[in-house]
Amino acid sequence: MALNKKIVLPSLIAVAILALALIYHQSLADWWQVNAVVVFQALVSGLFMGGIYSLVAIGFTLILGVLGIINFAQGALMVVGMYVTLWLFTTYGIDPYLSLPISVLVLFLVGALIQRFTIRPIMDAPTHNQLLLTLGITLFIVNLILVLFKADPRIIQSDISGTRMFIGEVMISFPRLVAFAGGITIATALFLFMGKTDLGKAIRASAEEREGSALVGINVKRIHLIAFGLGAACAGAAGTLMTPFSTLTPTAGDTFIMIMFAVVVLGGMGNMLGSLLGGIIIGLVESLGAVFLPGSSRLLGVFVVFILVLLFRPTGLLGKK
Amino acid sequence: MGKFSVEHLIRTRLNWGLALIILGLVILLILPQFLGPFLLSLAILILFWAYLGQCWNIMTGYTGQFSFGHAAYFGIGAYTSTWLLVNMGINPWIGMIIGGIFAMLFGLFVGFLAFRSGLRGIYFGLTTFAFSMVLLFLSSNLAIINKTMGIQVPLIGGDSWLLFQFETTKVPYYYIILGMMVVSNIVVYFIGRSKLGYYFKAIREDQDAAAALGVNPLRYKMTGMGISSFLTALGGTFYAQYFYYIDPDLVFGFFLNVEILLGPVLGGVGTLFGPAMGALILTPLSELTRALIRQPPGFLPFLLALQGRAGVDIMLYGLILVVVIIFLPQGLVGWIRQLRRRGHRYLEV
Amino acid sequence: MGLLEVKNLTKFFGGLRALNNVNMEVDKGEILGIIGSNGAGKTTLFNNITGFYRPDGGQVLFKGENITGLKPHVVCQRGITRTFQLVKPFAELTVLDNVMIGSFIRTSNGAEVRKKAQGILDFTGLRGREEQLAKDLTIPDRKRLELARALATEPELLLLDEVMSGLNPTESAAAQELVRKVRDGGVTILVVEHVMRAVMSISDRIIVLHYGEVIAQGTPKEISQNERVIESYLGRASFA
Repeated sequence: MALNKKIVLPSLIAVAILALALIYHQSLADWWQVNAVVVFQALVSGLFMGGIYSLVAIGFTLILGVLGIINFAQGALMVVGMYVTLWLFTTYGIDPYLSLPISVLVLFLVGALIQRFTIRPIMDAPTHNQLLLTLGITLFIVNLILVLFKADPRIIQSDISGTRMFIGEVMISFPRLVAFAGGITIATALFLFMGKTDLGKAIRASAEEREGSALVGINVKRIHLIAFGLGAACAGAAGTLMTPFSTLTPTAGDTFIMIMFAVVVLGGMGNMLGSLLGGIIIGLVESLGAVFLPGSSRLLGVFVVFILVLLFRPTGLLGKK
Repeated sequence: MGKFSVEHLIRTRLNWGLALIILGLVILLILPQFLGPFLLSLAILILFWAYLGQCWNIMTGYTGQFSFGHAAYFGIGAYTSTWLLVNMGINPWIGMIIGGIFAMLFGLFVGFLAFRSGLRGIYFGLTTFAFSMVLLFLSSNLAIINKTMGIQVPLIGGDSWLLFQFETTKVPYYYIILGMMVVSNIVVYFIGRSKLGYYFKAIREDQDAAAALGVNPLRYKMTGMGISSFLTALGGTFYAQYFYYIDPDLVFGFFLNVEILLGPVLGGVGTLFGPAMGALILTPLSELTRALIRQPPGFLPFLLALQGRAGVDIMLYGLILVVVIIFLPQGLVGWIRQLRRRGHRYLEV
Repeated sequence: MGLLEVKNLTKFFGGLRALNNVNMEVDKGEILGIIGSNGAGKTTLFNNITGFYRPDGGQVLFKGENITGLKPHVVCQRGITRTFQLVKPFAELTVLDNVMIGSFIRTSNGAEVRKKAQGILDFTGLRGREEQLAKDLTIPDRKRLELARALATEPELLLLDEVMSGLNPTESAAAQELVRKVRDGGVTILVVEHVMRAVMSISDRIIVLHYGEVIAQGTPKEISQNERVIESYLGRASFA
């Protein structure tokens, strides 16, 4: 009885869509003629941006999985990465891509400090308290940047900024392509690290079973420190990769946080592969949303997806029930 | 013997408590006579945040459903009464009630969707947040409410209780918000002692255990949501009539969601006096910080470097939040209670 | 017709059949014990009776009325209250408040509820602990509180899920006394237990579950001599 229901409804929907497509195929074809380029462009930029979202989300998920902490400050940490790169660029003329290792290191240290002094004391506090704590850290960091760098939007004009190529009429922006490639590369490196190295396996073990890991001699406190540092480093890397094509403001992280929650919930809280997939999907949703819902904020589509996921499949695509 | 003296102690303490409250109320009532314009505005703000914090407290503190999207109800209240006033000439007081009803319906809608889907804890919080953001986006893009340009409350020139506007003096605003704050506290007080309050707290502590004892979780969570959202919206109307101008960022803004809950978190979530205490400390603190940054006094030279820079007050907020969560996870009231309980244990011996 | 009738109750969890055509009856005024090895389905049975799970097949009848699939709070309002294996106290509330919440189901009057709750605290031996926070109680007292709370709802049928676990023999004997007192007060009791000595001693009848099926029913003496039960569960010690 229940099995039948699961087939009937989607089939009806599919048939309805097919019927509509057949009826309106001419207008659909005309529309496609006009808008194909726009759609492809949106797919490309959405994909590229999605890679960045994935990177930030993977860092967040790493922290969530290993420490069980919801790191609201992930967006702020990304902004720190951005401004570290900005400072290195304006003070020493260092190209953003060259400053990547520096910002990664800085963010790792910042993350480790945050974990050691503010996160560790509240590891067993109720969830909403943890959320509020990381929120407080966000407010502090973002406004510190605001005080130090002022609110004026800043841009980095590096050698690569603005360079692009064309496939047909679709523009491929190199900085965005590099950001996407960088994001995927770092994510892959992280996956390999977690899967193949001893430290990575120790981290996974701690994520699955904190007490058990401690019992077999894993230094859980150190693991937590490293995991948080890695998560922060991911955010920092994402920030740096974005600088050649983004406008830097201290509050850039605010929208990022909202997008990141959508990514993480869509992918499944605590699932790193889910964050990767979710990032790409949300990137596409955002850019396609801008095409099909002109005028409204591009985030509206993201939030609608967010709400739908929360209501109908809160565990996300790859999350455990 | 021991029991007798503890009982006696409790009874006299109750009388002390009541006396203190009455004294406090009297002070609050006559306060405006002694305050200059700056301090009066400050007092109004403190009462305002105390009120909003208490409304939020009903939902999160007592019923245990962490709401991270209360700006939604605030904004609905502000926009409803203001739009009705500007476009249909409806009296703001009536608009206030209508706004409250709309916010309550929206809150019940969100609650129904979320609770029926079994969303709890952080998932529920994120849902309320998402809905609040949706309202922010919608309001920024709806021409009918002027998008991001907002709506101006038309000045009537003069003072009028009927029309909820006072331009020559702010004192009536003070009494209105004082009344609202007192009412919100009375509501919480009576809820706390009633079956409703007991059921709220049961759900907060352990929803499944509550259900096993005959408590209908959906019904009571919705009730908490409804009361909380209705009252919050009234605050939105007050805001509009006091500041004469609203726009999406002001009344639906992201940070507003945070501001509403900072007071209760500092003071103590789920306590009667928490929100008021939190507001009493935080509001002057942020105002003071902002004033110091704007014009640093001579004897604090290091502030000169920060002069005019926006953001220092919120940095302070963030720091306070972090410190409070780490060292006073149950807020000030919770901390005081802990001290008292430890004191009692020594007394009982 | 018994107070509670479970007919052909079946429950699947994915591909796992947790309960397979369970049939049983509980008569008014008796103490019925349910035993079985871990995973036999005892708590699952409770969850299905009280609405925490929805059965995939079969019916639950209470006083002749079909209560299958009703929500837990409705089941409680009808007269069946359950306790939890891992006790679930309202941690930040006082002992008195905990019990009062149970009483509120039958009356809304605060003063009356307070008096009733006080009486139940006396009955269950928690007198003097009214103002203690539930989270500060010892394990035996927490179990008492769990029972007291359930009693406050004035149930006709009480489902006790492993009340004796974690108690030493003295505490266990006291708990057994309490359960008998509750039955003598007119409440029918369904007890899930692991501690053999306890359940054999207080039950009028016993049902044995094994991998989701009822493999034996009878008096404690009959059960202790049932070959199949001994094979699968009891081992060969005598419990006469």
